[in-house]
Amino acid sequence: MIPAAFEYKRASSAAEAISLVGQYGDEAKFLAGGHSLLPLMKLRLAQPSMLIDIGRIKDLSYIKDGGDFIAIGALTRHMDVETSALVLTEVPLLAHAAGHVGDAQVRHRGTIGGSLAHADSASDLPATTLALGATYVAQGPKGERLIAAADFYKGFLESALEPDEMLTEIRVPKMNGAKWGFEKFNRRAQDWAIVGVAAWRSKDASGVALVNMGSTPILATSVSKALMSGASIADAAELASAEAEPQDDLNASSEYRVHLAKVLVRRALEKASE
Amino acid sequence: MKVCITVNGTKQDKDVEPRTLLAHFLRDQLHLTGTNIGCDTSSCGACTVHLDGEAIKSCTVLAVQADGGSVTTIEGLSKDGVMHPMQQAFMENHGLQCGYCTPGMVMASIGLLNENPNPTEEEVRLGLEGNLCRCTGYHNIVKSVLAAAKK
Repeated sequence: MIPAAFEYKRASSAAEAISLVGQYGDEAKFLAGGHSLLPLMKLRLAQPSMLIDIGRIKDLSYIKDGGDFIAIGALTRHMDVETSALVLTEVPLLAHAAGHVGDAQVRHRGTIGGSLAHADSASDLPATTLALGATYVAQGPKGERLIAAADFYKGFLESALEPDEMLTEIRVPKMNGAKWGFEKFNRRAQDWAIVGVAAWRSKDASGVALVNMGSTPILATSVSKALMSGASIADAAELASAEAEPQDDLNASSEYRVHLAKVLVRRALEKASE
Repeated sequence: MKVCITVNGTKQDKDVEPRTLLAHFLRDQLHLTGTNIGCDTSSCGACTVHLDGEAIKSCTVLAVQADGGSVTTIEGLSKDGVMHPMQQAFMENHGLQCGYCTPGMVMASIGLLNENPNPTEEEVRLGLEGNLCRCTGYHNIVKSVLAAAKK
């Protein structure tokens, strides 16, 4: 399968990328690692007439200690997030989740910013960064703005980014030793999760988010509230799908997804309590 | 668009359409047909080659993205008619049946050992999760990689 023809431009900085996308408007798409966009283009589910290659902007590939948070450049590859000593120490849940994206070959090319901007509720990192209370930095013609992960996902493959904005950094609060669990239920290696759960828990707080339980990643706030008021893990997990609107598809009915979510939230929270 | 990609040590200056996938560039423009295209959806790994030393799926990378880079394909592994230790290990351990997945398996396995020179059996199985064998000959593939790691 070969994508439909398109024009191709390379940007050497975020500013150049934003100026190019301003010039070409809705017809243009950013190309980072290409592991979400190119498969869609090959299937002709996406047909941009202009690709702006941001994959060579090296200064957007970094992992830094930002004090209370870890700052990750949008063009940092999954493999680098997975193996970074800083991420493994400060945000181990994110390192673990990054190691579950696709397979090794995909993780060599795919980027954290590309995955988040693609806003696929079936991907692991949108839900994981949502559970962790991350903030995304977007750069546009008017400058930078911060978008909370909780405000970022607007619908199926739809994010709060304006067409002329680009994701440049992901800020993930340090976990400060909070325990965590990550569950990904699929039937074959490297598949998307039929349902996935990213969860962490400390003495007085928790975060639980669901993969593939609706058109956006879902923050399971009812579970966290129940834990706060002293509910057992088993009882809190029963509320797993309170915020979700799971869909039927070839892999699972919505009823089955609701069942899976309860089981997987329980398992993830049990791991986060060991 | 003009690209310059070093393939198996030789600089290749070629003109490509931006939509040309690296797999097609290698097979159709350079006639390096050892790299197979299987699923064409970045699932099966048959098209795995190395780009700047790392295993990638060439059906999901544009040739223009590899511009300026260095690609190694299965054809680039043997030296003076002597097989790469991984190829040798696949042969000795019956790591192939129909052979379709083999070029991708070998390239992914070399990439795996570059990152983890002494993997456990489980790490080999996990590390090769992006490569499917339609003969389901996984046991001997894993055996081959473990044997190559010992060489």
